[in-house]
Amino acid sequence: MSSRPGSTRRGFAVIGQGARAQRRLFSVAVVGSLLYGALTVADAWVLGWATDEVITPAFEVDAVDVGDLAIVSLLFVGVAVGRALGVIARRLVGGIVYFRLMAEHRRAVTRQYLRLPMRWHQAHPTGQLLSNANADVEAAWAVMMPLPMAVGVLAMLVVAVVAMLTADIVLTVVGLVIFPLLFAINVGYQRILSPRVTLAQQLRAEVSAVAHESFDGAMVVKALGREVEETHRFQEQAVQLRDANVAAGRVRSVFDPVLEALPTIGVLLVIVVGVQRVLSGAAQPGDVVQVAFLFTVIAFPVRAIGWVLGELPRSVVGWDRVRAVLDADGSTTYGSGVVAGSGPVALEVRDLGYGYADGRPVLRDVQLSVDAGRTVALVGRTGSGKSTLTSLLVRLVDPDSGTVLLSGNDARQLTHASLADTIALVPQQTFLFDDTVRGNVALGAEVSDEDIWAALRTAQADQFVARLPLGLESQLGERGTTLSGGQRQRLALARALVRRPRLLVLDDATSAVDPEVEAAVLAGLREQSTSGGPTTLVVAYRKATIALADEVVFLDDGRIADRGTHVELAARSGPYRDIVDAYDQTRERADREAAARGTGTGTVGAGDKTDAPVPA
Amino acid sequence: MSGVAPSAAPRGTAVASGEDAGAWQTLRRGVQLSPSLRAGIGGTLALAVVSTVGGAVVPVVIQQTIDRGLTGGGRIDQSVVVRLVLASLLVVAVTTVAAYAMKVRLFVASENGLADLRVQAFRHVHDLPVLTQSSERRGALVSRVTSDIDQVSLFLQFGGIFFAVSIGQVIVATVIMAVYSWQLTAVVWVCFLPLVLALRSVTGRMTSAYGRVRRSVGEMLSVIAEPVVGASVVKAHAIEARTQDRVDAAIDANYRRQVEAQRLVAMTFASAGLAGGLASAGVVVVGVWLGVAGQLSIGTVIAFAFLVSLLVGPVQMATQVLTEAQNAVASWRRVIALLDTPADVADPGAAGTRLPDRPLDIAFAGVGFAYPGGPDVLRDVDITIAPGRRVAVVGETGSGKTTFAKLLTRLMDPGRGQVCVGGVDLRAVPFDSLRRRVVMVPQEGFLFDSTLADNLRYGQPAADDATLLAAISGLGVSEWFAGLPDGLATRVGQRGESLSAGERQLVALVRAALADPDLLVLDEATSAVDPQTETMIARALDGLLRGRTSVTVAHRMGTAEAADEVLVFADGALVERGPHGRLVAAGGVYARLHASWVAQSRLGQEAPA
Ligand SMILES: Nc1ncnc2c1ncn2[C@@H]1O[C@H](COP(=O)(O)OP(=O)(O)O)[C@@H](O)[C@H]1O
Ligand SMILES: Nc1ncnc2c1ncn2[C@@H]1O[C@H](COP(=O)(O)OP(=O)(O)O)[C@@H](O)[C@H]1O
Ligand SMILES: [Mg+2]
Ligand SMILES: [Mg+2]
Repeated sequence: MSSRPGSTRRGFAVIGQGARAQRRLFSVAVVGSLLYGALTVADAWVLGWATDEVITPAFEVDAVDVGDLAIVSLLFVGVAVGRALGVIARRLVGGIVYFRLMAEHRRAVTRQYLRLPMRWHQAHPTGQLLSNANADVEAAWAVMMPLPMAVGVLAMLVVAVVAMLTADIVLTVVGLVIFPLLFAINVGYQRILSPRVTLAQQLRAEVSAVAHESFDGAMVVKALGREVEETHRFQEQAVQLRDANVAAGRVRSVFDPVLEALPTIGVLLVIVVGVQRVLSGAAQPGDVVQVAFLFTVIAFPVRAIGWVLGELPRSVVGWDRVRAVLDADGSTTYGSGVVAGSGPVALEVRDLGYGYADGRPVLRDVQLSVDAGRTVALVGRTGSGKSTLTSLLVRLVDPDSGTVLLSGNDARQLTHASLADTIALVPQQTFLFDDTVRGNVALGAEVSDEDIWAALRTAQADQFVARLPLGLESQLGERGTTLSGGQRQRLALARALVRRPRLLVLDDATSAVDPEVEAAVLAGLREQSTSGGPTTLVVAYRKATIALADEVVFLDDGRIADRGTHVELAARSGPYRDIVDAYDQTRERADREAAARGTGTGTVGAGDKTDAPVPA
Repeated sequence: MSGVAPSAAPRGTAVASGEDAGAWQTLRRGVQLSPSLRAGIGGTLALAVVSTVGGAVVPVVIQQTIDRGLTGGGRIDQSVVVRLVLASLLVVAVTTVAAYAMKVRLFVASENGLADLRVQAFRHVHDLPVLTQSSERRGALVSRVTSDIDQVSLFLQFGGIFFAVSIGQVIVATVIMAVYSWQLTAVVWVCFLPLVLALRSVTGRMTSAYGRVRRSVGEMLSVIAEPVVGASVVKAHAIEARTQDRVDAAIDANYRRQVEAQRLVAMTFASAGLAGGLASAGVVVVGVWLGVAGQLSIGTVIAFAFLVSLLVGPVQMATQVLTEAQNAVASWRRVIALLDTPADVADPGAAGTRLPDRPLDIAFAGVGFAYPGGPDVLRDVDITIAPGRRVAVVGETGSGKTTFAKLLTRLMDPGRGQVCVGGVDLRAVPFDSLRRRVVMVPQEGFLFDSTLADNLRYGQPAADDATLLAAISGLGVSEWFAGLPDGLATRVGQRGESLSAGERQLVALVRAALADPDLLVLDEATSAVDPQTETMIARALDGLLRGRTSVTVAHRMGTAEAADEVLVFADGALVERGPHGRLVAAGGVYARLHASWVAQSRLGQEAPA
């Protein structure tokens, strides 16, 4: 971002790293570029030589020497062919180096995403992680594109000075004034430009973030009629971006024409001085032509050095962000144990405590035990910590204190595969992949069609899947947007069931499902549990779900407030009753009120003509 | 009923990709949409023409110097050379200043025009129904207001201007060459001709190569999002390996596409240099020949070598710039297609009819709806609801309840038929009236990444903290609020993810209550909330909504029992309606749904210990 000298040094360190990582290909690109550089100078030399040795003599003696002309032609064409090969090596192989570095670092960054724990994910905004894997990787390595060319140009400048020395010392001095000047202006240009470009880039990311959020929340924006305000919010960012782009544009507008004019001025200088030198007999006309031509062909490539220097700060910023991901540690470390045997496992939670980043304890001193094959309902008010507890069980996050035991095995001692095979969580929020129904349910596991359909049936998803045009092979689109909420939830349930877990954790997994379907799902689950199905922990509010449970655990403000059968809890715990009997209480109150008004719930207010059931 | 005729608009709308518009058509329409692009364009072009002259100075001076006696030992008049050089310096100075002025004007005009376009497009997206239908990927819409427009601006400011200046340079060089010698001009052009002829096909190949690159980038980004957005699922099911395979495959595909495109670029670049070499050789050979025959001066021959180098650059870059142009046109086209997608859910503005100032009634007349490319999900819905009624909507998952709610609040327009509120066709109601009086709370409580207060204020920006607190206690959720770490200043995280799912719904409800609507539509707005809180909210809403109309989509039949009237949807049709008691007695769909709910909610009392 800044042009601190440190940033240039660190930029070169990044370059060095990239070059080492792709040593072989990078060398090929540099050799190609050196060839290109040397032959560009050779081109000027051929013209100078031809002027003195072929063209001038031919005009003087008024005769054509075919042999000489053939040599000139061969030289021109030979140089051009060699240069073309150099260009291919430089641009193609150089490009491959850049693309490979990007691909490799994208792979490395996404591997980190897969490795790092949920706690880390929760602490980093989604947008930032996506841009780390994309824009930042690109920013870190974009410098590799012009790099071989810049190296070639450096070589070219050296060769050019040598070539000029063989022509004439005084003309060389002109070159030694113009080239460093060109170089310095390029460096100054990039130094002034790059902070402006970086700013514009940041603003571009902000514009994109506002658009993302605003479109994501479009329902709310629309439902509350806030389109105008949202547009203002976006406009503010868009205008800032525009101003930043114009500011960078102004810098370009000054420097680009100057950089174009400078070589022309150099050539004019060479001519004035060159005429003097030729008159004094110190130089040949061909020398003047050669040096002048050199200026013409070198002027543009020299900019590559500026490009590299200009990319350096961006490269450092991008690399720092990528590095932050690559260096992040605190991965969930898994053990080497497995839960022996098959069939349901027992769950035990001891002294569990947990708080999110803000430090407020969400779970305190949680004790919980579920015998193998039993079903326990977890009941608690909104925000009491139920979802947090379920995520601790599958080690999405690890507790600040306490342990989770599966049939006596500390969950932290288990391998990841064993843990995942043992427990399946159906989270409160459904996430579907941009994949087929099969891909979303099987998640890459080798599962037979019958098993998938069986799981779909238990989850009451078989009917709507069968109605999809391609059945199991139907694509669901980004995050399953073509399905209704209840349909998505049932696929998530099937996804858990198909894995035949030994402990099934359901976090309010039927909230978007209608009562009939829910009843059918519950019946299916009950059937499973009576026939050697999994141990089940189910976050529930509805009595039918609770009725599935052998035992109820009542979570209040992050603590286990009570436990026992539903009947016991209902008898002794007022807060528990308030939750599970809320509907009955409401119904009773309504009935009482209706009775007081002298009507039943079944009668309607006055004057509605259309209250007869419409035939289906 | 208002007089607006039921529309024959297509059912649901998808944003066109715009692939079919021609380049000129796109350009014309683009400039029309961003008039600032045209500002001062004449002056800018004139300056561009002037700025191309500078490059031609060198060959002319070389030719003059040589032919005035630099070679062949003839005495050359130094003062002539100095004058020539001074005049040239003047030309260079003028063209440099012209180039500066031209670029500044171009940057300012294009950035102004494109910023306007960006904002217009953003606004238009919010007017389209696609967002609420989510039939198109939202990421794709974001890219239309971001990277697509960036692409256009990059082209206008770099590739485009390079192209214009290059054409000027080629023309100037060709004119000078033709003046010097038509024969040598012909030689040069014969060498470049194959490239110029191949331009079209190479550009075509390059455009499709870059099209493939772009598509592979899109696919890669969507797959890379999986381990980020779906992190918990990936981890919970230990499918890291599978996810990594998918990601690696997408990254590899992108890599291969990039290399393919780069191969074309390198080849065309190299062949332009080759043509330059051939041309130089040709110029010297033919030049010497003609010179010996007395038709040319030696200076002309050497000047030609310089002129050839003026052609190499533009020809080298031509395919690349043309490809960029194609990409820019394609991007522009996508933005234009977005803007030209009729905003069928458009604000009629001041010309519309405001909702009457009384409790609102609802009337659906022959309403049908299908999502783009899908079957009918609502059919022949005819219904009137008297003002002030509390209506519950029930039905199986996928029966069309949410669709009904969206049509009722005009988040979408019906494909057939008409939706009237307060006697006015919704299509005729200005948004400021509609959105103030009619508010919907969707199931997913979406929150913006800001504080709780900002989110609550979203529908009522003027509300002070006291009003917010009053609304919180008015809805009976003060107890929950008291437990928040920073009260109103609590940060809710991206999409509200630092709150629990139920808490997000609470915030969405308070937000809606603050907006103080006359018709409130709740679409399973308390599905993630515990029953106690839910019934408390229901009671509080009852009080708040007294005398107003409400429509509540609910799975929990408690809502239906308490409602004045129940609408029952099945498979896209309204199959039953009436008060709870009558529907139960009728023994239809509702009776069945209710019975299973009662069975569930009563089971507890009968359940064996
Ligand atoms: N990612 C998070 N960051 C900070 N706080 C959180 C986060 N997720 C949940 N919380 C807080 O933790 C508490 C418990 O949340 P949760 O376990 O989701 O509750 P429940 O599932 O019982 O409704 C809530 O107060 C919530 O605000
Ligand atoms: N964005 C969409 N694109 C295509 N089909 C959709 C979309 N949203 C919903 N549907 C389909 O429309 C039907 C009705 O959906 P919806 O109104 O959400 O039902 P409900 O709210 O009653 O569960 C379902 O079959 C669903 O699959
Ligand atoms: Mg929860
Ligand atoms: Mg719905």
